[in-house]
Amino acid sequence: MQDYDPVKNESKEKVDDNSGVSRRDFLKISTISAAAVPILGTKVVQAAGEPVKVYGPGKVPVELTVNGQKHALQLEPRVTLLDALRDQLDITGAKRVCDRAECGACSVLLDNRAIYACSVLAIEAQGKAIATVETLMQGETLHPIQQAFVDNDASQCGFCTPGFVMAFKAFVDQHPNASPEEIRRGLSGNLCRCGTYHGIQLVIAQLAQKGA
Amino acid sequence: MPDYNWPDAQHRTLIGKRISRVDSPVKVSGRAKYTYDYHGANMLFGKVLRSPYAKAKIVSIDTSAAEKLPGVKAVEIIQKPGSTVPWAGDEIVAVAAVDEPTAEDAVRLVKVKYEPLPYLVSDAEPPAGAGEAAGPMSQDDIDDVVSNQVPDAQLAKYLQEYGVSFKVEDDFLKDMQGEGASDAVLAAIRQAPYHSAPGGGHSNFQRTAAQTSGDPDKAFAEADVVSEGLYGAPVIVHCCLEPHGSVSEWADKDHLFTHISTQNVSGIAAQMAESLGVSAANIRVHQENIGGGFGSKFAADRWDIAAARLSRKAGGKPVRIMLERDAELKVAGARPSAYARVKVAAKKDGTITGWQSQSWGTGGPGGGGMPPIPYVFGIPNQHKEHTAIRNNIGPARAWRAPNHPQAAIITMGALDDLAAKLNMDPLDLWLKNLEITGPRRDVYREELAIAADLMGWKEKWRPRGQNVSGSIARGLGLSIHTWGGRGHASDCDLTIHPDGSVDVKMGTQDLGTGTRTTIVIVAAETLSIPIEAINLYIGDTLYPPSGGSGGSTTPGGVSSSTRRAAVDAREALFAKVAPALNAQPADLECVNSKVRVKSDPSRSLDWKQACSKMGAVRLTARGHNDQVASKNHPDLTNSGVGGVGMADVEVDTETGIVKVKKMVAVQDCGLIIDLKTAESSCYGALSMGISYALFEEKIMDQATGRMLNPNMEFYRLAGLNDIPELVVHMMTGKGYDERGVIGLGEPPVISPGAAIANAVANAIGGRVSFLPITPDKVLAALTQKDMAQKAGA
Repeated sequence: MQDYDPVKNESKEKVDDNSGVSRRDFLKISTISAAAVPILGTKVVQAAGEPVKVYGPGKVPVELTVNGQKHALQLEPRVTLLDALRDQLDITGAKRVCDRAECGACSVLLDNRAIYACSVLAIEAQGKAIATVETLMQGETLHPIQQAFVDNDASQCGFCTPGFVMAFKAFVDQHPNASPEEIRRGLSGNLCRCGTYHGIQLVIAQLAQKGA
Repeated sequence: MPDYNWPDAQHRTLIGKRISRVDSPVKVSGRAKYTYDYHGANMLFGKVLRSPYAKAKIVSIDTSAAEKLPGVKAVEIIQKPGSTVPWAGDEIVAVAAVDEPTAEDAVRLVKVKYEPLPYLVSDAEPPAGAGEAAGPMSQDDIDDVVSNQVPDAQLAKYLQEYGVSFKVEDDFLKDMQGEGASDAVLAAIRQAPYHSAPGGGHSNFQRTAAQTSGDPDKAFAEADVVSEGLYGAPVIVHCCLEPHGSVSEWADKDHLFTHISTQNVSGIAAQMAESLGVSAANIRVHQENIGGGFGSKFAADRWDIAAARLSRKAGGKPVRIMLERDAELKVAGARPSAYARVKVAAKKDGTITGWQSQSWGTGGPGGGGMPPIPYVFGIPNQHKEHTAIRNNIGPARAWRAPNHPQAAIITMGALDDLAAKLNMDPLDLWLKNLEITGPRRDVYREELAIAADLMGWKEKWRPRGQNVSGSIARGLGLSIHTWGGRGHASDCDLTIHPDGSVDVKMGTQDLGTGTRTTIVIVAAETLSIPIEAINLYIGDTLYPPSGGSGGSTTPGGVSSSTRRAAVDAREALFAKVAPALNAQPADLECVNSKVRVKSDPSRSLDWKQACSKMGAVRLTARGHNDQVASKNHPDLTNSGVGGVGMADVEVDTETGIVKVKKMVAVQDCGLIIDLKTAESSCYGALSMGISYALFEEKIMDQATGRMLNPNMEFYRLAGLNDIPELVVHMMTGKGYDERGVIGLGEPPVISPGAAIANAVANAIGGRVSFLPITPDKVLAALTQKDMAQKAGA
């Protein structure tokens, strides 16, 4: 996975040996498979010089922990975390928009870091804490970030809003003293079509001031 | 008759205030359900095989392998062999399977043979003489033009001049009516002369009849100054974040339930009925929320019909077809391009005396119409020619203020260049010529003064190219615009229950424009109860019909029908309550959650007590707003607004990157129901304007005929960091409020592109002719300017 830290303004390649295969690894496997057909099944093969697990083909058992609750699923390995959440678990706050890590509408937290759920395979999210926008409210009380979105009219059609809210939360949790400029950069992976950016800037101004 | 008129300013407690959008909490919490979120029991996943060719004849289709794939439940051939596909991405076959991966596999197993045909995907300037041999219109031509918002008069004139290539029958006229053709257009089709069309009709270039008014030759001969330039905007797409699509399921063989992402809940059933062979009354349409439409979601599309057919084949199980992002950008609508070579004539003092334009553009196979140029300014002596390019880029659809942003870019750009040639501040040129802007000249005058003040125009403005510091050039630009915005037809049912609860039901939709908020504010204001006391139900054909949300017609429509329903319900309630207060119904009023006697406010019942006097039976009143103003007594909505956009930009002359530093929008829209969401519409429009001014273009590959950037990486939308300080000022109070409610969705998005283009010209001292104003074009314009200066020196 590629992690970008807007505060440090650097990117770093994160290697996680315990994970399954990311979409990128998956693509690597697809490209090498023609040359050297890997043995299928949950096996470890050498792909591009790195050990990667191979799942499938066909459905495999997948266990996801979403908003504190465990779910046992049968999924093809190619199913993304986003599609598993939406189509299997009916957790629909994260939206499918670009489906290739360009717009941020599917932002959810994976072990407290914002990720694009459209570009992480469900099998890779196993063993990690997945948090979606649905987990933010306490009973009927909105999270302060959500309340600020309401107060500053930072949603119109609302389709990008859950993604913005989750990206916002992840960023300010990690960077509690971030300046408005830093938060703006931290949210630059999310796009809106209606043009709610003015409202979001007001949210940033309000919450950065408070040090939220 | 009860008094339906809007309450005056001192009697308004909610209308015109800044009230938070009522559906925000459900949206920010992720609980809002959109069509894409609907997941019926045993839902099947539909996928569509699309043409890889920009134009091709389908030779054969073999679906046998797809049908045999385990998990595939239905296959539907959308276009039969023999059909000609008019653009890459056109729908050929749809499949439904138990899950999405299986459906994708099945699509890959469908074998289609095509005979590729020559195509055109360019919208470059037509060669001289192109389109002069234009011929009669075929059914497809007319169909395309009708769905491309070509002005009625233009189409009628063309039909009269060139005729039609087929025998006009009632069925065709009915189809066209269903697609929104006006009575004038239907009459023109009926009266069009028949000509046979040798060689299959039109060329790719369709020249519309030249239009001349006044004496342009004389005006240009006598002009002190003539300014010439080239201006335009490319095809852009809607890029709704929620793609087009639907989930359809059959309760039985005659009853369809469709969940669809639409701007037109009440109008969808009639569009689906004929294709599916069921009565429109048996089609229920439902939508809770829509993730963007912007003009592209009025119709039941081919994939929606396919989903319903697949569902029927699969025994009625719900079938979902939501477009993938690439399909959404390729085929689900685009804004036509418009380009023009313009000459403007003027006197030394800045009085504009003449206009000449040769314009062209494309809206796909339909060609598209001439944008309304010159825009806003009714320049006295004009000569205009337009050539529509009929090509294979995909279909056009209404895009927020159809044709107006393009018209503004062309006209305001030409006038800005004129101002530079006259060494005038463009603000002064605009003010000098306001007399020819028609009935809204005084509105523009007032708005320009406010906008100039908010921008700090007089302090900041410098002549072209004279505000440069190092590599950074700064500039200001402006534009003005107009729109109609009268309320559409709308019915509203308002029910007061004996326990005091109030339901409002309407088959409308909230595009994120604040429609829900508008309705509950009007109902609550009229009954003098809190907005939380109103239960609002929209987005379903179970509720009374209300117009499609297009052309900024929704606020006027829904507020008027709600007002009428609420006033009638209130009067009916008064009749039930009067005996308990020992008064006449006419003596009662609703104030602050009470029903009380006007002459003796101490005699009152609180809202719940009052409603309990109804007995056991609830009361319902239906309010109606008619699309025709004269049928409304009184008329609570109106038409015709003016607005101003101003931009302050910074251009890095080394990199060519444009940064917008500040934008100002000043807008009127009659009586504002909710100031907060109204302002948000303007902030959103400014952001969208920055996006199409600097980044957006549907780029076609000339070699393959396909769209090169059907994704959100290379079809770039503005992001948070592209949005500067935005200032919005809504015109309210005397002169505005008493006009009634007027829609706001379109107007504020018209001027930003033109204002930004003009600001860039002011900054760098030269014109970037075509949007988007990308760094390469800025650098090219700078080079051209340098070369011109060197040649001059």
